[in-house]
Amino acid sequence: MPALPYDEAGKYVAAAYTVFVALILLYVLIMVARISRIEQDLAELADVVDAQPNARTEDPTPDKVTS
Amino acid sequence: MYGKGLRPLAAATAVTITVLLAMVFFWTPNDADQGFIQKIFYIHVPLAIVALCGFVFGGILGIQYLRTRDPKWDLRSYVAIHLSLMFALGVLVTGSIWAKGSWGHWWVWDEPMLVSFLIVFLLYACYQPLRFSIEQPETQARYAAVFAIVAGAFVPINFAAVRMAQSYVHPRTLGTTTGGMPGEMMLTFLVGLVGVALLYLTLWKFELATKQIRFRVKAMRRKLGAADTAPTRRTGAPELS
Repeated sequence: MPALPYDEAGKYVAAAYTVFVALILLYVLIMVARISRIEQDLAELADVVDAQPNARTEDPTPDKVTS
Repeated sequence: MYGKGLRPLAAATAVTITVLLAMVFFWTPNDADQGFIQKIFYIHVPLAIVALCGFVFGGILGIQYLRTRDPKWDLRSYVAIHLSLMFALGVLVTGSIWAKGSWGHWWVWDEPMLVSFLIVFLLYACYQPLRFSIEQPETQARYAAVFAIVAGAFVPINFAAVRMAQSYVHPRTLGTTTGGMPGEMMLTFLVGLVGVALLYLTLWKFELATKQIRFRVKAMRRKLGAADTAPTRRTGAPELS
């Protein structure tokens, strides 16, 4: 087949690169949702720790997770 | 552990992908035969190569799991395979778009390269249902590792079989008898390959880091005796204790 003109080929090229970007974006959005859930869990855990009587002396939350 | 070095890796990925896009649209010449539509090549082929290598990588991690029985290898293999599946989906869609523009059809069934890639994709699409069908985590991990190894071995065999096939309908750009691509095109392609490989590695490490944090939070919850708010449900994803 002969090469497509720019205006015709441009649509296909734009579509292909859009698919690539959309896939990455979709993945990032899924990961953002998961991280928000983890944050929520961490907030609940912090409440549990605060509710314990010796919460001030023993903090079981490692720094790595909270930072 | 998995989050270590993630930031520089993500930065390197972003820079490489940006450079790739600049090279594709502002520097690399149009293909003499296909014209502007050939630009799809610089994303389609690296995605395909990285997806196939990712499947093999998942198989190697599966071997590690069977050798050590350490669930972390199962988790690594699982993430590698599901990321590769996502990349493979990208290959099928971008390939179909290219085929429509070049050949006038979204799909050509008598073209070995396309059909063999679809077979690999469908094979790996069974990975998640396989995991989900097995309830006991240890058995699930073992069966998944065996699947990953067997399917991972099938990938290079399948690729070699296609290369040996007689049809030359699919554009061959690497290792052709006429000498392959000119310098600018080859360099852009290599940048694309590095960029997509870095993207794969970044996403793999990122997902592993996220999962590890989730497992830590779960462990802390158990330690503190807090009630698990999330309902216990069957899952195909590996769980670390």
